[in-house]
Amino acid sequence: MNTMAKVEHTEHHGPAAGLTRWLYTTNHKDIGTLYLWFSFAMFLTGGCMALMIRAELFQPGLQLIQPEFFNQMTTMHGLIMVFGAVMPAFVGLANWMLPMMVGAPDMALPRMNNWSFWILPFAFAMMLSTLFMEGGAPNFGWTFYAPLSTTYAPPSVTYFIFAVHMMGISSIMGAINIIATILNMRAPGMTMMKLPLFVWTWLITAFLLIAVMPVLAGVVTMMLMDIHFGTSFFNAAGGGDPVLFQHIFWFFGHPEVYIMILPAFGIVSEIIPTFARKRLFGYSSMVYATSSIAFLSFIVWVHHMFTVGLPLMGELFFMYATMLIAVPTGVKVFNWVATMFRGSMTFETPMLFAIAFVVLFTIGGFSGLMLAIAPADFQYHDTYFVVAHFHYVLVPGAVFAIMAGVYYWLPKWTGHYYPETMGKVHFWCSFIGVNLTFFPMHFIGLAGMPRRIPDYALQFADFNMVASIGAFIFGFSQLIFLVLIIKTIRGGSPATSEVWDEPHGLEWTIPSPAPYHTFSTPPEVK
Amino acid sequence: MPRGVTEISQSVFDLHMIIFWICVAIGVVVFGVMFWSIFHHRQSRGAQAHHFHENTLVEIIWTLVPFAILIAMAIPATATLVKMYDPSDADIDIQVTGYQWKWRYQYLGEDVDFFSNTTTPKEQINNESEKGENYLLEVDNPLVIPAGKKIRFLITSVDVIHSWWVPAFAVKKDAIPGFINESWTNVPEPGIYRGQCTELCGTYHGFMPIVVDVRPQAEYELWLAEMKNIKAQEIASAKQSISMEELMSKGEAVYKTACAACHQINGEGIPNVFPAIKGSSIATGDISQHIDIVLNGKAGSAMQAFREQLSAVDLAAVITYERNAWGNDSGDKVEPAAIDELKMAAKQ
Repeated sequence: MNTMAKVEHTEHHGPAAGLTRWLYTTNHKDIGTLYLWFSFAMFLTGGCMALMIRAELFQPGLQLIQPEFFNQMTTMHGLIMVFGAVMPAFVGLANWMLPMMVGAPDMALPRMNNWSFWILPFAFAMMLSTLFMEGGAPNFGWTFYAPLSTTYAPPSVTYFIFAVHMMGISSIMGAINIIATILNMRAPGMTMMKLPLFVWTWLITAFLLIAVMPVLAGVVTMMLMDIHFGTSFFNAAGGGDPVLFQHIFWFFGHPEVYIMILPAFGIVSEIIPTFARKRLFGYSSMVYATSSIAFLSFIVWVHHMFTVGLPLMGELFFMYATMLIAVPTGVKVFNWVATMFRGSMTFETPMLFAIAFVVLFTIGGFSGLMLAIAPADFQYHDTYFVVAHFHYVLVPGAVFAIMAGVYYWLPKWTGHYYPETMGKVHFWCSFIGVNLTFFPMHFIGLAGMPRRIPDYALQFADFNMVASIGAFIFGFSQLIFLVLIIKTIRGGSPATSEVWDEPHGLEWTIPSPAPYHTFSTPPEVK
Repeated sequence: MPRGVTEISQSVFDLHMIIFWICVAIGVVVFGVMFWSIFHHRQSRGAQAHHFHENTLVEIIWTLVPFAILIAMAIPATATLVKMYDPSDADIDIQVTGYQWKWRYQYLGEDVDFFSNTTTPKEQINNESEKGENYLLEVDNPLVIPAGKKIRFLITSVDVIHSWWVPAFAVKKDAIPGFINESWTNVPEPGIYRGQCTELCGTYHGFMPIVVDVRPQAEYELWLAEMKNIKAQEIASAKQSISMEELMSKGEAVYKTACAACHQINGEGIPNVFPAIKGSSIATGDISQHIDIVLNGKAGSAMQAFREQLSAVDLAAVITYERNAWGNDSGDKVEPAAIDELKMAAKQ
């Protein structure tokens, strides 16, 4: 321990050699890299499950998998994408970029940082192992509504509960670290209202995480009690309340969906100004809009439950509160458009992904607004319209923003420019694939196809076939991304320290690739 | 979205179209400005960046205008919602109960009570025969209601959460164990309307259709009388003895609708998910234990209590069938009268 501490404090040393570098590392860049690779591995795993679902839904009838396994696939796909792919990707980007953006030498709590990453592979190994257990993996949807997930669950549900606990611990530690870094480790002169927007959105996201991950831990613990210790929190026969489960779950769940989108707003707010060669329009209104969205996220959870039989006044309150979210979200979209307006734009891959984000996320926002209207929601609820909505905000929303961020910062990380044409091919394949997959889902949903069904009536057949074809295009085009990243790490034309034309921010003042240790002496921010 | 056939479903449809066109209009303006910028303000066309980055007036305007649009949307939405939430003065009350994976309809005050199972054959699902016109949306006993009457649904469940949805009526309400939710409809036109369960409720969630048969008042009354007649016959036949052959053939039919979804047609179940009946200790062992599990179910599992779901004759037939099919050759014959006694005893 002593010797290690000594080594840590020696200036200008490089990373340790071999596997131990990754096991013991406390370096924010190494941990960022670990998070990003882990997230990509999970993205491909969850993606394979999605392709299995889409392959079964290619035609009506049961062809490839049985309903029981189909339910396990939808459940695992959701859990892996939310907790394994999107969230760790954002934490990875935060690890890499936040210290460099605020002018700090590392994260505030480096050892905890190591731990919060290394919990994840174990949590997911445990969760994936349920696929091989007797009775199969969790089959109750990623929202795991009781009593389907308690009284009627397969035995593997206990493994699922502990995996969720571990992910929660990891997220909370990550969030504490991010808050501590942003609040305490800013370079002199870096006032709060000078923070890059990616930092701001992550600060707010971290507070959301700390607020709601314990709620998730609470609800799965109550399930654990119901299953093993004979309590009846969610069991109506014992005086419990199945609807209570949904209230607690969505009190976590709604802020959770903003946890997955706010950092995406931050990334896009970094990229659009760079390629429009202008400052971001309405910086302070962006900060206030993000804060309002975070606040509103706590008072809208019941819009996921409009059909559970709420009293009229409750229904109205949550409908109005949900509609309100459109206001700050609209402000953000208008600001991005105003940033592009009268700029001097170029369209490198990160910008293409960022523009696609603005357009497609806004489409997801429109369907969100439609879903907020309670009487209309009775017709949309739990149909493919909802599936289309949340995939529009999560895939061309959150995932496109993550990809945009990776392309944007990859030259900074590796010291090489990525092959631009290949990046553009990846973009166009993904863009076409994503829209082919998810746009027809609006139509099948409006035509009345419920979600989470392995087989469907004949009138839904055509659009399902289109969606499945799109899914395979989108899925396989991610291999282009994988090859591109490996190629860029291995070599490529050397990147300047600025990388792009006139980017703003401290990360562009250090050489590319970023040295193992940066800002050991804090920079002055004017 | 279907326009539907009720006043409510039509106002929901109108609401949907209003919001849709508002969103399209906003989209055209916002994306219009954006793509105009993308085409004209690009570096390759020699565009120079103009360094403005704030304008308080514009920012206030684009906060207030959406707010005003939202208020305009909220007013008709509220009006529709208030109408939907008024189940008072109903002509008929029907209790709708979700079971894994079927619906039960009880006409309150009428002593009419039946289950509604999917009738789509397994061969169609497994692509062994051509799919019918109403593939996955067909049932043995549809819910029958009269046209032009206000029907109140009392929706609940006995196991997990289901959701009862008929798109043409814009009625969707969750069926939650321990709760009774209210909803209503008034269908002016006779016809057949189809829907599905819309809350994930386990393995066969996708195979739990809803069919509503709306008939003119006179025909509805005829149907109601016939249902009561059938019930009376059932009670009478429970007292009589039935031949083994008849029990077996009836049992096979009942088995296919009520049991085969889980235990499979061949009685082998699905390993680790649904137990086999073929060669099982219950179906080849003590007969009273077998009768008990079929009548009363097994708590905490998907095995339901069929005591109320099936008539005494059907129960006797299916248990006889299970004890004698697939090589479970016990030779046991269960008499409807014995089951009827157990059913009566449970009621008291």
